[in-house]
Amino acid sequence: MDKKIKLAIGLGSTCAGCDIAILDLNEKILVLASLAEIVFWPTAMDFKLSDLERIGKNEIDISLQHGTIRTSEQEHIAHLLRERSKVMIAFGSCSCFGGIPGLCNLTSKEAIFETVYRDTPSTVNPDFITPKTEVKEGGYLLTLPELYEEGKALPQVVDVDYYLPGCPPAVELIDRLLPIIAKFLETGELPPKGMVIASDKTLCDECPLTKENKMISKIFRPHEIIPDPKRCLLEQGILCMGPATRGGCGARCINALMPCRGCMGPTAEVKDQGAKMISAIASILGVENEKDLSEDEVEKLVNQIKDPVGTFYRFTLPVALINRRIKEGS
Amino acid sequence: MTQAQQPKARRITIEPITRLEGEAKIDIFLDDEGNVDNAYFQVVELRGFERFCQGRPVEEMPRMTTRICGVCPGAHHMASSKAVDAVFNVDPPEPAKKLRKLFYCAHIIHSHLAHFYAFAAPDFVLGPSAEPGKRNILGLIEAVGLEVGKKVITARSYAQRIQEMIGGKATHPVCGLPGGMSKPITEEERKEIEEMAKSLVEFSKFSLELVDNIILRNKDYMNLIRGDTYYHETYYMGMVDQNNNNKVNFYDGVIKVVNQKGMQYARFQPKDYLNHIEEHVEPWSYLKFPSLKNVGWKGLVDGKDSGIYRVNCLARMNVAEGMATPLAQEAYEKMYDVLGGKPSHATLAFKRIIRKAGLNHIRVHDLRHTHATLMLKAGVHPKIVSERLGHANIGITLDTYSHVLPGLQEAAAEKFDQVLDESDKIGNIDVSKLLAEGEEIDSRPCRSRTCDTLIKSQAPLCGFNQL
Repeated sequence: MDKKIKLAIGLGSTCAGCDIAILDLNEKILVLASLAEIVFWPTAMDFKLSDLERIGKNEIDISLQHGTIRTSEQEHIAHLLRERSKVMIAFGSCSCFGGIPGLCNLTSKEAIFETVYRDTPSTVNPDFITPKTEVKEGGYLLTLPELYEEGKALPQVVDVDYYLPGCPPAVELIDRLLPIIAKFLETGELPPKGMVIASDKTLCDECPLTKENKMISKIFRPHEIIPDPKRCLLEQGILCMGPATRGGCGARCINALMPCRGCMGPTAEVKDQGAKMISAIASILGVENEKDLSEDEVEKLVNQIKDPVGTFYRFTLPVALINRRIKEGS
Repeated sequence: MTQAQQPKARRITIEPITRLEGEAKIDIFLDDEGNVDNAYFQVVELRGFERFCQGRPVEEMPRMTTRICGVCPGAHHMASSKAVDAVFNVDPPEPAKKLRKLFYCAHIIHSHLAHFYAFAAPDFVLGPSAEPGKRNILGLIEAVGLEVGKKVITARSYAQRIQEMIGGKATHPVCGLPGGMSKPITEEERKEIEEMAKSLVEFSKFSLELVDNIILRNKDYMNLIRGDTYYHETYYMGMVDQNNNNKVNFYDGVIKVVNQKGMQYARFQPKDYLNHIEEHVEPWSYLKFPSLKNVGWKGLVDGKDSGIYRVNCLARMNVAEGMATPLAQEAYEKMYDVLGGKPSHATLAFKRIIRKAGLNHIRVHDLRHTHATLMLKAGVHPKIVSERLGHANIGITLDTYSHVLPGLQEAAAEKFDQVLDESDKIGNIDVSKLLAEGEEIDSRPCRSRTCDTLIKSQAPLCGFNQL
């Protein structure tokens, strides 16, 4: 096929696992190459920011952006891509929901600087020098992008057309992009705006383990129990985000007998993934004899959950209803 | 663009750095004569894992620190898993250790294969003058033909598949738990892995031939590699077996540092890293600058008085006294024959910079002449940064060492075979034999104590990407 769409892949604050996931298309990467001319992809190609800036409005057909928005430069790239693209896809959990880098919202830029540039035991920095957005060095002005106080998901910065969640997205979901691109190339038709390229159901709906609707009274950390490999992990007392998490990932963590940590984000009906998980746990933890429990006992029960924020919002803190700590320690 | 006005000098900004993982830029300043006066390699982001991992359960660290780098998540997963073992003071049972090693061998293969073929090889195969739109994995496949391209794709898919079978996911694995692994593999899986491993050994041989044909037989490349233009004498750090045979070890060894002459400078257990490594801060990069604590930070200069050390591929080779498997040993010996002895201080760091900046009119000699060693003088230099921070996916650095990589892949692939040969069932392995032979595969230093120390500790050795 001679005609190709123009595709760009931009990055925010990312680990590049999303780029590796695209390479996981394996031979289908050649199909992608036959459908799309890639005009920007820093992890794999040599186009520069100036190349991107030279592209005109709407001249890119589809842009994928992965990574959290954490710096002024990342925000700039998101805007550049949005202005130049007909379609913008939030690719991966960081872009869709903020992801693990979004956990920076539990702390502050100041606190991060203190830890990284002063308090870590390997750091030798008696004058507490920290990176500056502008600094004169050997007579030259050097600049760095500004690090923001908080991390944001892509839709909090620009208008997003589609979402492809996962950390990184499962290859079978990335594969679904190919027919979408092919159809767009052929007919100009696109799926309805806002579509999430994943399952509409929860992970529990596609989980290979057996649910017996058992209540639990004790919560085990993953290393504290050898789970029955056939039974629901949550019903064995291991916190698993399955009930509050969208499916489509192929249940890969579950297949490795590890509980879900929620990287696919919530389903369409749910606004706040963590709140959904709290309600799911509330409905099975100590419910059987709840009436007989004192306040202290209930608190003891709940205190078994060691890190509620870091567990229930591990990938979605920036888009949660309460999405950052106002002051560390509070 | 963040280009500030420089009245006297010309500034060339390369932004962003491409074909590697992590966000960075390079600023090069030219004087009136057009010679390079100074250059800076700046990392332009910070995520703050050191801080936001505090307060999270320590056993979750292997599942969180993988996001430091998605190209080498296996390294972070294993380093973190080992650190967590240390926190709990537990030693995994032998089958779990073997699974981790098997996983990590597959990871080493993937990481180096992805790096060589997707990030570095396009420069050699397509040549430095190829247009930017072609200088990539797709252009590479176009150039070498579909048959070879598919070979690369298949080998890469096997390395990913093996990691996924053991670790749940290839990118961001989840299998490591304090004192062990989350699940065994089945006999069917073991057989499948064995077949893939054999195929990967063959692929490694193919890669060595490719390097031979494309790089070693190219006079121009070899002159660049062997010449003194791309040369810096630094310390090297890497992991070797715990016993005294000093073979390269990927998973469970001791850290060895050699000096510019290749003599042992230090040898220490990973947990003692704080006695040997410190980090310096500059206001113009979000990334810190690790150095050897007992030599001290002397700025960006090479030589024995500077604490700058390199890690990763070349460093691993330089600190070791060989590879533990015969095919890899053969490649190891050939490598030093080609490089003209050990340690090798060769680096091609400038090649891509010059080309990318369109500085072909500046003779390399000028660069060197103008400053004793170009960027070392005052600015950071990509080679130093990337190598010191050491990482399989720093395109710039590893352009130079691509000839080393297949050897590594091969070593890992051979290990597979060895691991697999020793038992019918992976979950029921007699590793005593392996251990008796001092047979340890492995990688990243495990360092520990407190959670944030652990996380932090991964920075100097494991990742280019700022934490």
